[in-house]
Amino acid sequence: MNRYRKRTFVLELAMIAVALVVAFPVYVLVNLAVRPVSDTSSPIRPTTSPTLDNFSQAWQQGGLGGALLNSVLVTAGSVVIILAVSSFAAYPLARSTARWSRGLFLLVMLGLILPFQLAALPLYQTMRDLHLLGTPWALILFHSGLQVPFTTFLYTGFLRALPRDFEDAALIDGCTPAQSFRHVVLPMLRPITVTALVLNAVAVWNDFFTPLLYLSGSTQQTLPVAIAGFFGQYVTDWNLVFAALAISIVPVLTVYFVLQRSIISGFAGGLKG
Amino acid sequence: MPATSRDQLSPPAAVVPRRPGRLSGRRRATSPWWFAVPAMLLFAFVVLVPSARGVYYAFTDWDGLDPNSSFVGFDNFTGLLDDPDAVQAVWHTLLIAVSVTVIQNVFGLLLALGVNSLIKTRNVLRVLLFAPAVITPIVTAYLWRNLLGPSGAVNSLLGTVGLDSLRQDWLGDPQLALWSVVGVIVWQFGGYSMVIFLAGLQSVPKEVHEAADIDGAGPIRRFWSITRPLLAPAFTINLMLSIIGGIKLFDQVYALTGGGPGHATDTLSTLIYKDAFTLGEFGYSIALAVVLTIIVAVASTGQYLVLARGERAAS
Repeated sequence: MNRYRKRTFVLELAMIAVALVVAFPVYVLVNLAVRPVSDTSSPIRPTTSPTLDNFSQAWQQGGLGGALLNSVLVTAGSVVIILAVSSFAAYPLARSTARWSRGLFLLVMLGLILPFQLAALPLYQTMRDLHLLGTPWALILFHSGLQVPFTTFLYTGFLRALPRDFEDAALIDGCTPAQSFRHVVLPMLRPITVTALVLNAVAVWNDFFTPLLYLSGSTQQTLPVAIAGFFGQYVTDWNLVFAALAISIVPVLTVYFVLQRSIISGFAGGLKG
Repeated sequence: MPATSRDQLSPPAAVVPRRPGRLSGRRRATSPWWFAVPAMLLFAFVVLVPSARGVYYAFTDWDGLDPNSSFVGFDNFTGLLDDPDAVQAVWHTLLIAVSVTVIQNVFGLLLALGVNSLIKTRNVLRVLLFAPAVITPIVTAYLWRNLLGPSGAVNSLLGTVGLDSLRQDWLGDPQLALWSVVGVIVWQFGGYSMVIFLAGLQSVPKEVHEAADIDGAGPIRRFWSITRPLLAPAFTINLMLSIIGGIKLFDQVYALTGGGPGHATDTLSTLIYKDAFTLGEFGYSIALAVVLTIIVAVASTGQYLVLARGERAAS
């Protein structure tokens, strides 16, 4: 079963066919985004006169540059906070056997189940009262809290599987708990941090429901909401919409293809958490 | 003996485990409770407190503005039972969650088995097939909205290959729209399931397969007796992710159909959004959110119990 047989070749062809079907929408996306508005032939026929006009027009009219910047800011800010507070919280949750620790862990598990739709509306009121609506801060705050249960859960599971001998040794050598966390535990958390980073960054970057609620009517949109707004405005002008969609996909796919090894293992790493 | 850190240095390490009382005292000190405070404050502010308020508001006529709403008992919930749109939305939510879970995992497992073989393109295909999963769902949904339109690329493709009879108004036909939404989700996240199954498959040692091969077990028998039990953890994660994702579904429906045609594809999440922000019925909307919460809780604990038993049986 370790040889490349005729059956393997058939499987190879079948898998390539599946991949082509999966990639088909992206082909149409590029094809429509680069063809001039005057070209009204079938969407699957490759255009004969490609142009980048749609891109410059979409970029200027959609305010996509500002939205891109906001998305980067919100994602980076949220992810840094999420990783910091969750790895900290996981340490006592994984190591302490006290009753409060077990109770807190159950609370975190409860947070895994609660859908954000339940908290979204009352929190909308709070954000409004704090004058945070319409600012990226509302989103950073929201994601930082929302992702705590899942990320803490990942870190706690990982820490529980780590031997504590190193920490005990550090303590015996006179480290304070904070020093032992900083110099002994934190370096060992690298693999799970990659997973947590990838999963959280993708979740925050792609989120649509929250910015739709908390940034509605504001000029400070994130990319998904800007795209939805753009679609509403140019619904009949598909070439422009496709250019805008392509613009929003390019940075994501670029990062993905460059870092595909860590990203895929990050997604698969949730398995061990 | 006073336990100062200086004393800790003097006894040989081998002595330490024989003093459990003292060691556990030190161990408790290694997990300072205040490490958890920032995370728990954020968690309480964003999730716990608003969720508790949400449950309370579900029993009031809250309008989203006035904090002094009045208590109306179960009115919102009985209203929900009399509202055909709400009952339909619950049904759509369950239908989408179950069909996405089944189709996406079968598709993902087949893809994983395919790229876990000896084919030469396996690495390229793995990267390609997973790619849709990282793209923003709202963006892929707008893309598919065009592709699935009456004169969109899907119908053009069917026409080109001579299958004109299969051309459909994929999103405009109330009978079909829900299944189109399911199809788009499977397209996007099939690769996600694949990656998780693949990690499970790669944990199966090659030697086990080779031994079974020598013993005369065919590919199906090998899959059933060796691979399947070892894939149990991957199944747990995949089923959990797809069923909960399906129940909470919002973005794709919002962008593909807006819940239409009519209410043919409305899910609990889109209805929650519409009732609150287009109709201003916050109390009613949050009652729907409570129903959603109950469904998620029942589905995830039920699934956890069933699959945990399966995993134990498999191992």
